[in-house]
Amino acid sequence: MLNIPCPYCGPRDETEFTYGGPSHVARPDLDSTDRAWTRYLYTRQSTKGPYRERWLHSFGCGRWFNVFRDTMTHEILKVYRMGESGESSESTR
Amino acid sequence: MSRPGPYRLKLAADAAPVEFRFDGREVCGIEGDTVASALLANGIRVVSRSFKFHRPRGIFSAGYEEPNALVQLHSGEYSIPCARATLIPLNAGLEVSSEAGWPNVSFDALRIIDFVHGAFAAGFYNKTFLYPSWRVYEPIIRKLAGFGRAPTRPDPERYETRHAHCDVLVIGGGTPGIAAARAAAADGRRVILVEQDGSFGGDIGQLLNCPNVRVLPRTAAVAYYDHDLVTLAETVTGGQSTHRPRERLWMVRAGRVVLATGCIEQPLIFSNNDRPGIMLAGAALKFLRRHSIAPGREVVVATNNDSAYIAARELRRAGVNIVALVDSRESTPDELVKEMRALEIGMHTHSLPIDSHGFSSLKGVTIGDLGSGMAVSSRQNLACDALLVSGGWSPTLHMFAQAGGKLKFSENARTFVPVAPHPSIEIVGSAGEPPAGTLGKRVSPVGDTARQWVDLKHDVTVSDIELAVRENFTAVEHIKRYTTLGMSVDQGKVGQAPGIEVIARTLGRRPSELGHTTFRPPFVPVTLGTMVGRNVGDLYAPYRRSPFYALQASAGALYEDFGEWQRPAVFPHAGETREQAMHREVKRVRNGVGLYDASPLGKIELIGPDALEFADRFYINNIMTLKVGRARYGIMLRETGIIFDDGTVVVLDKDRVLLTTTSSGAGRVAQWLEEWRQCEWPELRVVVLPVTDQWATVALTGQHARAILERLKPECDLSNAAFPHLSFRAANLLGSEARIYRVSFSGELTYEINVPANEGLKLWAALLEEGRSYGIGPFGVDALLHMRMEKGFLHVGADTDGTTVPDDVGFGKPAAAKQSHYIGKRSLSLPEHVRPDRLQLVGLSGVGTAALLVGSHLRLPGNEEPTDGWITSAGSLSADGAPIAMAMLRAGRNQMNKFVTVHDAGRNVTNARVVAPVFYDPSGARMNA
Repeated sequence: MLNIPCPYCGPRDETEFTYGGPSHVARPDLDSTDRAWTRYLYTRQSTKGPYRERWLHSFGCGRWFNVFRDTMTHEILKVYRMGESGESSESTR
Repeated sequence: MSRPGPYRLKLAADAAPVEFRFDGREVCGIEGDTVASALLANGIRVVSRSFKFHRPRGIFSAGYEEPNALVQLHSGEYSIPCARATLIPLNAGLEVSSEAGWPNVSFDALRIIDFVHGAFAAGFYNKTFLYPSWRVYEPIIRKLAGFGRAPTRPDPERYETRHAHCDVLVIGGGTPGIAAARAAAADGRRVILVEQDGSFGGDIGQLLNCPNVRVLPRTAAVAYYDHDLVTLAETVTGGQSTHRPRERLWMVRAGRVVLATGCIEQPLIFSNNDRPGIMLAGAALKFLRRHSIAPGREVVVATNNDSAYIAARELRRAGVNIVALVDSRESTPDELVKEMRALEIGMHTHSLPIDSHGFSSLKGVTIGDLGSGMAVSSRQNLACDALLVSGGWSPTLHMFAQAGGKLKFSENARTFVPVAPHPSIEIVGSAGEPPAGTLGKRVSPVGDTARQWVDLKHDVTVSDIELAVRENFTAVEHIKRYTTLGMSVDQGKVGQAPGIEVIARTLGRRPSELGHTTFRPPFVPVTLGTMVGRNVGDLYAPYRRSPFYALQASAGALYEDFGEWQRPAVFPHAGETREQAMHREVKRVRNGVGLYDASPLGKIELIGPDALEFADRFYINNIMTLKVGRARYGIMLRETGIIFDDGTVVVLDKDRVLLTTTSSGAGRVAQWLEEWRQCEWPELRVVVLPVTDQWATVALTGQHARAILERLKPECDLSNAAFPHLSFRAANLLGSEARIYRVSFSGELTYEINVPANEGLKLWAALLEEGRSYGIGPFGVDALLHMRMEKGFLHVGADTDGTTVPDDVGFGKPAAAKQSHYIGKRSLSLPEHVRPDRLQLVGLSGVGTAALLVGSHLRLPGNEEPTDGWITSAGSLSADGAPIAMAMLRAGRNQMNKFVTVHDAGRNVTNARVVAPVFYDPSGARMNA
């Protein structure tokens, strides 16, 4: 069971959270092709290694945030708030 | 009373006798004994039978690694299988039985199998019981196998789960573990120290008084999960206590883990190395030191390393006759030779046991001089009743491996050692550094390999490994599975290292090239009771119940599970079937008035200046145009365009919107709204507030609804002109604030009255009272779902599935007409979603009286497709009326008035006519009345 450092509440057991799929998935323009739109809807990277994803602290503060996690080792490299890119020093951990 | 044991060398004057039962027979031990030590003290050699051959087996170790002495504790519903006798403290009256053997463990008739053992090689079951099917044989074979018996009645014991955090978790209560715990405690760390045994290998008095230290005896660390979560299984009472739990599962999030887990002694592999009386040398030493017990009268010690000399020395000094010390090494340290000479113990160097003698217990051992190479140059028989063996020591690194630490076989230590440190784990004591020195041979080069056991519990011999290799298995993981090596209850803790050496020898490779099998949790057997803790029975998945639960139960409700809710299906009268009751309730509502508990309906409030704008983005229906006080039916989509949920949108005020959802969808929808609010549209000024449980909701339904509600003087104009269908009024009802919605799922005039949850019962009673002269009564979910089907109202999740888009169910027009963007809109124009042959919602009218059943497949005339759709909802117009149904049918709207064949799981074929999905009041006059 992962120990996830919620940027608002601090480290908590995974059972308090809900997984929300990959982060930073760019939604194409609404007038883009069907092909581009269906790729957005259905194609996921399922990366082996460092991966950015969304989590919801459902049994805690109720907030969504980003987790940068290595899917091989489960090491959590960084957590950062919604709206942040996670690239710069703006991160909260 | 019997004496507390002829094999006990000394007995303290104040030793208190403890009587217990082993296989129905009275046995006497003393206080402080384990079951194993008491059995040994009494000379009870045979404690179990082996799994395949029903060979007699005795106590082999003194700890958690025990492969043989697995016993059944207690009886009946209190029974625990696979308890390790070496760890069970003796209690007066304890009931212990062996797990196999018929008629009993000392004389097992199935020993016959042992005499035809050649037939039972690896893969025997897979190869033999093929025809007609393994299932025919499995129950018989399972019964024959020497495993414990699961209790057949519910376990009356209580189990608990606890969560804990610590800075340092120390696993192992020996000297190094205690030292590590002390050091961490002195640094002010929060420490948990666990030990599987009841006693510690040093003084823990000081630790017991430290407020930052928790000491847990009789507790096993069983699993190591991600991010240093370690689970512990604590034996609290061991069973049959009225007020304390039997076992407790700890889930410990550790900052750092110290492994002070020591080593597991490995056996020697030779013919008949499984006879009762053969025991690990370290185990014999522990029984001597702790319980003053001798393993026998005439003892041979055989070893490939220094450690067994300690057992020989201490037993000799305690007055036990050591017949010989057999050492497989070519050269033995001089000081040990001198010491043995001084103790007058005869030594055989460069020798190894190659066979043992006896039947149910040991009578002697044949040792062989190893000479050079694979041969044995000379043999010698030694008479003895106990043989203590030591094949070296393997560090207990199961937790390290479970944590993801890598292990490799060291050709020097002849066991698995860490390749690199683990960032969270520190290994101390002998687990980090097994006893040094060169090891001698531990596998006999001669003898019948079919009688050389590598895995005692699962009866795996050297010949099984040889067979697996002959059959081309080369990977350790495959050989393990084919031979079942190390796969029994004890998980092959004893014999793992020599097992790898045997595999390597057979494959003609080096052990270090092979790798090891995966170390999986749990480290030792854990009862299912400990795993589930309190989450059993009513607490397994607690029901949600509305404020009217007890009231409706007393009114005769037949409750049924609807998702997590328990709701009344019907209120049957005596002698009525569920269907008859449903039709009676429908008739009451259609012809008069009924009362329905709609509290489980999901309710979510949106509050803030942008509430309406926010809501509009979720529905295919236009929400922006909705005025304060009005309501509208709405369908919500996923981004894929698939229908997700439905309900009504009510504008309570200019900055307050109420959404209702399906009862089971309330949680999902609230989370969905939150995700969009937080992640996509943080600029919208709105909060999402689930309020389902805040309100008790009663639907007053039927043509007399208005008259009855007026009698409660709600202080609002109930006339149809002032309060029409699909609108909302706040009112004061019976002294509390009420929200009244005119929405209808039944097709009748309906007021859905919401009052604060704790005011619900008062409202219900008042409505029943005022409605009595109108023949009011409660109705259940069955009647409501039937009425909505007659009206053709959608039941999301029943009529729709994970492929349904709005146009499939007749909502293509509003979805296309809405100008503003909403979630899922872009996907509705995808080619797959506009195909003309999609399944579409239709009504079916049965031909004749044959019932239409949900799930039946439909076929259009002249079509060769396997299916053209299926029935999603079904019933009949009255108790003996015509069958009707709703169905998803290929290009259904173009098939009106055609006949389809209806296939009920291949059993019956009937016909039905395709009609519009409305069977009752198509104009809607009744609900708009």
